[in-house]
Amino acid sequence: MSLSVKHLLGIKELQPADIQTIFRTADNFKQVLQRPIKKVPTLRDTTIANIFFENSTRTRISFELAEKRLSADVVNFSASGSSVSKGETLIDTVNNILAMKVDMVVMRHSASGAPWFLSQHVDASIINAGDGVNEHPTQALLDSFSMKEELIKKGYKGDLKGKRVAIIGDIMHSRVALSNIFCLKKLGAEVMVSGPPTLIPKHIHDLGVKVEYNVKKALMWCDIANVLRIQLERQNKPLFSTLREYALFYGINKQMLDGLQKDIIIMHPGPINRGVEISSDVADSEQSIILDQVENGVAIRMAVIYLLSGKRDLEA
Amino acid sequence: MKTLLDHNQLNITLQRLAHQLIENHLHFENTALIGIQPRGVLLSDRIATLVKKITKQKNIDYGKLDITFYRDDLHTNELHVPRKTDIEFSIEGRNVVLIDDVLHTGRTIRSAMDALIDFGRPKSVELLVLIDRRFSRELPVQPDYIGHTVDTIMTQKVKVYWQEQDKKDEVVLID
Repeated sequence: MSLSVKHLLGIKELQPADIQTIFRTADNFKQVLQRPIKKVPTLRDTTIANIFFENSTRTRISFELAEKRLSADVVNFSASGSSVSKGETLIDTVNNILAMKVDMVVMRHSASGAPWFLSQHVDASIINAGDGVNEHPTQALLDSFSMKEELIKKGYKGDLKGKRVAIIGDIMHSRVALSNIFCLKKLGAEVMVSGPPTLIPKHIHDLGVKVEYNVKKALMWCDIANVLRIQLERQNKPLFSTLREYALFYGINKQMLDGLQKDIIIMHPGPINRGVEISSDVADSEQSIILDQVENGVAIRMAVIYLLSGKRDLEA
Repeated sequence: MKTLLDHNQLNITLQRLAHQLIENHLHFENTALIGIQPRGVLLSDRIATLVKKITKQKNIDYGKLDITFYRDDLHTNELHVPRKTDIEFSIEGRNVVLIDDVLHTGRTIRSAMDALIDFGRPKSVELLVLIDRRFSRELPVQPDYIGHTVDTIMTQKVKVYWQEQDKKDEVVLID
């Protein structure tokens, strides 16, 4: 039992069987996390560097906890206050860290493709914790894992095949959206993206997803709505007039959900802009599984790290 | 290939092991049985059923333990598929009997003891195995209850078949 890849750069490169293996393993780690001693000695001989060139709270804490629950040694690095500001290149930075006998690298970078570039130049396994507007694979995995889990709780088979998932909001700047689309399609779900035309990339239907500019219609269509954050920091030019206008036309509130006459599952990868893409009463409602997503994040990341740290050439 | 225990012999051995457990633990008030995933559980299912039947006790604590995350061969062998750990009771201060089908190098039992201790501090831990491959131990592990002892060399394999999964009860030695 291993993954077909050496690095986790994106969901795009994964086989559907890899995703199932990760889910099965995460199930077991989730069980470990519910014990009084939430820790296993599996990776006590492994050192992992978390290299974050971009801000993060959730993902970084989640990765760090996952590593510590597996008994790995952890070093943290963030771009601010490091030699990066002195002009060191990415490869030099990482090679210097690897020279200190680090086995695995978890990296977030603002440039799309940075983890791929790195994987071509270093031996250690790379886990992409988000690269620019490209992919955020562990987020997509924990999203699909949480969907499965919630469906089982609701009495369905834990199968996403044929389930309708709407991804709503800033699709253009979202690596979560792209990874989610790849992941959901590989698991057989139907995917729709919805939001203002300026925030939906032109040729996105080539990925096999439906496009709907009316959020209300998207909600009526779907079983699960994954609401994304408006990424103001990635917008160089204004793509909608004001946040208030966005909230008015594309924000999801309780009234809309109550008008649907069915219970859809509400998700959000965080951080939430309360009152913009999603109102507080929705984010905190019974239908929302936002905090389950965060909880599952640790188990999913433990699974990915465990599965990538298998066979190693001990001579090296 | 040589048959070590056929259907009848295997079931007589299981009866004896169950009686030996009862001899030492009588009413099982402070004793818990724990099978090791995946193949040890097939044995422990049988043993637990037999013990319950013979003692007419319904509430004997019985759990299953997966040791995948405690193995010491993570980087040398293929990764193992983790199974469910299912221990619904406290093992603190209890007498625990670990159950596995074949005892070989002793490494599985080492891992199992590490895993077990993460659930609490048992008063004592005993080991029950169906087949003891003596002379091939790599760690100082000795079973307390033995179904059948065999002398084997490293290249040989002992395989235990169970009705529930393999449609027959049999133990064979494969060269």
